[in-house]
Amino acid sequence: MKYAFFPGCVSRGGCPELYPATKLICERLGIELQEMPAASCTGAGVLQEKNQLLGDTLNARTFAMAEALDLPILTICSTCQGVMSQANHRLKEPEYLAKVNGFLAEEGLEYKGKANPKHLLWVLVEDVGLKKLLGLITRPLAGVRMAPFYGCYIVRPTDALEFEDHPDRQTALEQIIETIGATVVDFEGKTRCCGFPILTINERNSMAMVGKHTLEAKELGADAMITPCPLCHLNLDSFQPKAAAQAGRPIGLPILHMPQAIGLAMGLSPHDMGLRRHIVNTTPLEVALGIPER
Amino acid sequence: MDVTLKIKRFDPEAADPESFWQDFTVAIEENGTVLDALIKVREDHDGTFSLRCSCRSSICGSCAMRINGHAGLACKTQASDAIKDGVITVEPAGNMTVIKDLVVNFDSFWDKINQIEPYLKPEGPEPEAEYIASNESMLHLSSVTSCIMCGSCVSDCTVMEVDPTFLGPAALAKAYRFTADPRDGDAEGVSKDRLEELTKPSGMWDCTRCMECVTACPKGVAPMDRIMALRDQAIEAGFTNTNGARHTEAFSDSVEHSGWLDELRLVPKSVGMTNVSALVGYAPIAIQALTHGKMPSIIHKKLPQSENVRKIFDKVEGPEERPRKHN
Ligand code: SF4
Ligand code: SF4
Ligand code: FES
Repeated sequence: MKYAFFPGCVSRGGCPELYPATKLICERLGIELQEMPAASCTGAGVLQEKNQLLGDTLNARTFAMAEALDLPILTICSTCQGVMSQANHRLKEPEYLAKVNGFLAEEGLEYKGKANPKHLLWVLVEDVGLKKLLGLITRPLAGVRMAPFYGCYIVRPTDALEFEDHPDRQTALEQIIETIGATVVDFEGKTRCCGFPILTINERNSMAMVGKHTLEAKELGADAMITPCPLCHLNLDSFQPKAAAQAGRPIGLPILHMPQAIGLAMGLSPHDMGLRRHIVNTTPLEVALGIPER
Repeated sequence: MDVTLKIKRFDPEAADPESFWQDFTVAIEENGTVLDALIKVREDHDGTFSLRCSCRSSICGSCAMRINGHAGLACKTQASDAIKDGVITVEPAGNMTVIKDLVVNFDSFWDKINQIEPYLKPEGPEPEAEYIASNESMLHLSSVTSCIMCGSCVSDCTVMEVDPTFLGPAALAKAYRFTADPRDGDAEGVSKDRLEELTKPSGMWDCTRCMECVTACPKGVAPMDRIMALRDQAIEAGFTNTNGARHTEAFSDSVEHSGWLDELRLVPKSVGMTNVSALVGYAPIAIQALTHGKMPSIIHKKLPQSENVRKIFDKVEGPEERPRKHN
């Protein structure tokens, strides 16, 4: 199983633990990742705000690169996934596609409309299969109560994300939680916004969102939260102390990137999964799992 | 067809007013709507059960509520589509106070609509004859004027949930209905005063782009897309001295010049290099990130062939730039 790998900016910037954790679990899953070093940022919806055509052209460029490799695209960020899916949805219109290809011609690229970008979350459920994943679980996260947190862009809008053709996408994260042996903590915030996009614009509101979701999950008994989105992780983990200060109560809810949680269940070490890079201490969770301290 | 409804109820006149869940099973026609089922509950089971409805054909905007956790019109939702694990869960719309059962108080909704001054405000000299607006401009506006003021978008807005002062999706979409109208604003149709007002806190830049409102809206108004268009208009009109505008510019600059995002410089550039107090506020987090090995590299390397990304910026942002106002 081979994919053109689109890691996104954050897994190499603010969440550097995500990239190696992904590589390690993909190795075990037999997923081969071919890098596309020249692929640009998707625009994350911010660039699209300014100029949608520009954003779509940059994504079409990435799609064309993957087509040239004859490989499907694998992403590890809910935001990248959503932005790519939306761009791809618009590029189904032949006239628009031709216009966009006009901008790519100079670089010798042409997007034929065949790309099918897929988040690792979807790849696991749809391509790899949960059976195979289950076969690789050597240390089930038994007893861990885990709250899913999807990230806006991987749940809305449902037409561009093709939920109708892939109904599993609606519950994919819960399915992963169950496969790795943990218990799902269902809570209202799971498909809400983490607040990251307004962090530098209205920090109070952004922190209020972090506090609301993490506290709600905690109150329902969650020991940890799991997310397929590094932007959500940035806000929910790195800014959790600040959110706790604003809320006037401690939170201390470990936030795991989806590949980290899977890696732990595959028997990989917290160190290899980059848990030491988290701001919220994950050792209580590790102790509960009986993972020896290094 | 029998359907079971799980309804969140509230009676302000109860001795100890607290909301509670109650289940009802009613028989409706195969193609009946959630509203049909709710009306049945009132008619056959409990005459005190309160809800708003009128047109029953998604025109009046009265019957917005949360169905299975998400806002929508009860009269536009087929009961058979809404059954989940055998039940349909119904709650009052969110972000507004509940008066009784499914009836919520719309005062805050209308206050915000009034706040954006929902009428044309031409600033230039009065036209000598009637103002001829192009067909295209009016067609463009029809997507926003189709709003039926149901409040579904407001119900599910993630920012309003934590900040009731936020103008919110319905009012901001309504504001766009005027800023995008060639008759509003100065002789060029640029609504400078409006845009300036809307760039203030609680306005257009406070939206998180979560798309809840786009999903909730039963009329395709896509409020978030209108908010993005407002931001574009505001930057175009010269209102660039906001964290939001700086953030968009800094983001765009980084991608243009290196092909990807330079997170390290995004924060200071967004809050403003000279905004010392805000920057100091981020310092403890930066130090923590540094000690945990989370800090993005100080040296932001360009991607290979990043010059090609730059060329695309030049080509697309050049003469091909998309129209901001259709007049
Ligand atoms: S996109 Fe913006 S306006 Fe719409 S629901 Fe989300 S935060 Fe509210
Ligand atoms: S924008 Fe849509 S959801 Fe919001 S009030 Fe208008 S019709 Fe209802
Ligand atoms: S009853 Fe009028 S919109 Fe539903």
